Amino acid sequence: MTISLTLKVWRQKGPNAAGGFETYSVPDVNEDMSFLEMLDVVNEDLITSGKEPIAFDSDCREGICGMCGVVINGRPHGSVAHVTTCQLHMRNFRTGDTIVVEPWRAKSFPIIKDLVVDRTAFDRIIQSGGFISASTGSAPDANATLVPKAVADKAMDAAACIGCGACVAACPNGAAQLFTSAKVSHLNVLPQGQPERWARVASMVDTMEEYFGSCTNFGECEAVCPASVSINFIAQMNRDYLRAKFKDRRSLVRAADVANDEG
Amino acid sequence: MTTDTATLASNAPDGPLADKWNTHRANMKLVAPQNRRKFDIIIVGTGLAGGAAAATLGEMGYNVKVFCYQDSPRRAHSIAAQGGINASKNYKNDGDSDYRLFYDTIKGGDYRARESNVYRLAEISRNIIDQCVAQGVPFAREYGGLLDTRSFGGAQVSRTFYARGQTGQQLLLGAYQALTRQIEVGTVTMYPRTEMLDLVVKDGKAAGIVVRDLVTGEVSSHSAHAVVLGTGGYGNAFFLSTNAKGCNATAIWRAHRKGAYFANPCYTQIHPTCIPVSGDHQSKLTLMSESLRNDGRIWVPKDKNETRTANAIPEDERDYYLERIYPAFANLVPRDVASRAAKRMVDAGHGVGPLKNGVYLDFKSAIERLGRETIEQRYGNLFDMYANIAGEDPYKVPMRIYPAVHYTMGGLWVDYNLMSNLPGLFVIGEANFSDHGANRLGASALMQGLSDGYFVLPATLPNYLAGMLGTPAPDPSSAEFKAVESEVQDRVSKLLSINGKQTVDAIHRRLGKVLWDNCGMGRNAEGLRTAQKEIAALREEFWSDVKVLGSGADFNQSLEKAGRVADFFELGELLAQDALDREESCGGHFREEHQTPEGEALRDDEHFSYVAAWEFGGTGKPGVLHKEQLTFEYAHPTQRSYK
Repeated sequence: MTISLTLKVWRQKGPNAAGGFETYSVPDVNEDMSFLEMLDVVNEDLITSGKEPIAFDSDCREGICGMCGVVINGRPHGSVAHVTTCQLHMRNFRTGDTIVVEPWRAKSFPIIKDLVVDRTAFDRIIQSGGFISASTGSAPDANATLVPKAVADKAMDAAACIGCGACVAACPNGAAQLFTSAKVSHLNVLPQGQPERWARVASMVDTMEEYFGSCTNFGECEAVCPASVSINFIAQMNRDYLRAKFKDRRSLVRAADVANDEG
Repeated sequence: MTTDTATLASNAPDGPLADKWNTHRANMKLVAPQNRRKFDIIIVGTGLAGGAAAATLGEMGYNVKVFCYQDSPRRAHSIAAQGGINASKNYKNDGDSDYRLFYDTIKGGDYRARESNVYRLAEISRNIIDQCVAQGVPFAREYGGLLDTRSFGGAQVSRTFYARGQTGQQLLLGAYQALTRQIEVGTVTMYPRTEMLDLVVKDGKAAGIVVRDLVTGEVSSHSAHAVVLGTGGYGNAFFLSTNAKGCNATAIWRAHRKGAYFANPCYTQIHPTCIPVSGDHQSKLTLMSESLRNDGRIWVPKDKNETRTANAIPEDERDYYLERIYPAFANLVPRDVASRAAKRMVDAGHGVGPLKNGVYLDFKSAIERLGRETIEQRYGNLFDMYANIAGEDPYKVPMRIYPAVHYTMGGLWVDYNLMSNLPGLFVIGEANFSDHGANRLGASALMQGLSDGYFVLPATLPNYLAGMLGTPAPDPSSAEFKAVESEVQDRVSKLLSINGKQTVDAIHRRLGKVLWDNCGMGRNAEGLRTAQKEIAALREEFWSDVKVLGSGADFNQSLEKAGRVADFFELGELLAQDALDREESCGGHFREEHQTPEGEALRDDEHFSYVAAWEFGGTGKPGVLHKEQLTFEYAHPTQRSYK
C-alpha cells in the first residue's frame, strides 16, 4: 500500500542563518517505510534534481542510540507514543496528510543545520556527576553486593533513557528534568551509587540549571519519551536534591556528621 | 596474487595456555604514574572498546584525545547490542569455566582463532562483569539479589549476563559515564562530530591522524605517541545490515592503505534472526536478539504452497527444522549454522510472509508454558520493536525472521598486544580480527570489546610507550602531517567536483547487492570472480558519476557518506579476493564447493589453518598475502557438530 503526502520541512543553512519552511509533495510512500526512510526517499529526489538534501541526524535506526528526533506535527517523534522517529512507520499516516517537520525547538539545543541540533548540554550534565567513580580494576566480585530485584528493575527503568532530547523539546520551558532525573535515579537507587548520592544529585541539578529551563510539572516530557521514562523520577530527584542541600548546610556546622550520614 | 613467504608472529608468550596472560603481564614494561601524562594517546571510536579504553587510560593518567563521528560518545553502535554478555562466572553451577568458554569460542569460530587470545578473553570475562556491576550497570537480578544469566547459541551452559533486551546500551552507557568522568577531570579531551579521514605514519610508526570537523568542515591534524582504532566493523559495505547508518570502515581502511594488514576480510557474520526486507526503500535491517531463540521455536510450513496464516497451520504440518536436524543444540545452534539452515528452507520454497523471504520464530508454546508476563519481562522491548516495524503483534502471531549481515570477524591484523604490524597503531574491538575466528558466538562481541578496552590495551599499551619516555609526540605541523592533510583535502574536493548523475546511496545499494549475492551466505569461485569484476566497475563508475552536492566547508552528510562508500568499494574487492583465496568453508565463510554431504562447512586444516593478513597492493590491484599460522595445542580441531 502506498500513500501520498505533503511535507513542510524546516530548512536552515547554518546556526546563524535565517530558516524557513519548504514544501515538498511526496507521492507513493510505502506504508512499511519508517519516517526516516521516507525522508531518505525525499532526499534522493532532491539530490537528483540538484537540490541540497534535508540534513537530519540518525544512526542506529532501531530506536536505541538516541541520535534521531524531529518534531512531527508539533510533537517530538510524532504521534505514536513511546517510539523514536526512526521507529515511526508511515502506516500511521493517511493519504493527503500534510506533515510539518521541525528540529527540536529549545534554546539549549542550538540548530546546526536544517533538522540537526547540538545536544552537548546533555553530555555536560552527565559529566558533572552522572557516573559511579569505579576506576577499572578496583571492582569486587559482581555478586558481593546483593541488589534486590525490585531495585535493579527500578534502576533499569530509569537507565533506559536514550538521551534523545524529546523531553526538552516537548517542554514549554525547555526543561531537562526528565533526562537528568533518569540518570540521577538510575545511580541513586543502586547500592553502588550511595557513596556519591548527594554530591551527584547536587552537581547534576546545578549543571542542568545552567543550561535548561525550569520544570513546572506539565508532564509533556513523559508523554513523548520513547523510552517510557516515568515522571516519578523527577520527584525522586527533587527529594534527593533537597536532602543534599540540607546536608550541605549542616555540613558547614558539623562537618563530622556528614561522614556518619553517608548512605 | 603474490604471497609473502615470511609468516607473521603473534607475539604470544610461551608457556601453558592458562599462564600466558599472567606471565606476560608480569614481564611487560610499565609507565610510572607521574610519567603517564607525558604520553599522548589518540583513540578513534567510542563504542565499548574505544570508550572503555579511553576511560581506563584516562583514569591511569595518560593524556587522551578521543574522536567520534556521532554528536555524543554515547551513540556508538555497541548501544544496539541486545541480548547479553558472556562470562565464565559459573554462577549457575552448570559446569562453566575459563577453559569451557575458551573451548566454546574456539569451536564456535570453527578453529580459525588464536588460542592465546581466546583464553585471555575467557579469563578476563569475569573481571568485566565485576567492573560493570561496580559502575552501576543494572544487570537482571534474581529475587535473592544475585545476578541472573541466560543461555545463548553455541553453549550448553547459562553464562550470558543481560539487562533486559538492552545489554549493549547499559554497558555502553557505563563506559560512556566513566569516560565523561575523565573528560570532567581533564585527562580526556573529547572531539564529537569529528571523523578520522586518514592515518599519518612517520618513520614507520603511527604518528597521528587527520580528521574533519563534520560541523565546520575544517581538516586538521592530531599527533600522539600511539593511535588506537576502535571504529567497529565493515558490515555496512553490504548496504543493508544491522549496523547503524553511520558505521563505516574508513578509519581501518585508511590505516590499511598506510600499511596496516587487513586480516580475514571474508569472515563476515550473517545473523539468523533479523526482520526480513519489506521493500526497496529499506535503509537498514533490524536484528531481533539471539536470546529470543531461548524461548522461540523456529519453523516453516512443510507444504511449499501453504497459504494459511501461521496459527492456522496444525503442528504436524510444521517443520521445526533446527530441532529436527540438530537435536542437541536445537534452536540454539550457532549463528552461521542457523543462518544457512534458514537460507536452505527459503531457497527450497518454504519461505513465509508476503515476499516468502522469512521463517517463523514462534513463542506460542513459551507463552503457554511461562505466561505472557514472563515473556514480556524477558523480551518486552524486542516484541514492541518488532510490532512497530513489522506491523504484527508477536504475542499473537509468530515473528518472521531472516538472516542479515551483522558483524565482521575480519579486521585489521593485530598481535597478542593488540598492535598492528605498524608500530604504534593499536586496534581494538570489532575493528580488529582477533578472538572470534571465522564465526562469533552470541554475546561475545560485548565481551571482546570490553576486554580489549578495559583490560588488555591498558596493560599492553604502556609496554609500547615505556620505550619512548622523554620523546615528545610528533609535531602535527611537520611535513608528514601536511602531506596527508592535503591528500584528504584533495579527496574531498574530488568528491564534490564529479557532479555526476547518481546519488551515493544509489551506487552503494548496487555494491551491497553484488556483495550479498556473491559474498553473502554462500560463495563460489565463479560468483566471487564476478563480484571482483563488478565491484571494480562500480568503483570506477562511482568516481566518475557520483553526485555530491554542497561544500566541504560545511555540515555535509552526503559528503560524509561518499567518503565512506568510496572505501567500501576497495574493501569489497579485498573481501572477494580473500573469499576466493580461502578454498575451504569455515564458520561464516561458506564456499559451496567445500561442504559435507549434510551441507555443513567443510574445513581444510591442512592448507588453511592460518590467518590471511593482506597488505595493500594499490587501488584496483590485488592485495599481498601474509600468513599467520594457527596452532592448536589445546582445542584440537574437529568437524564442528551441534547434532
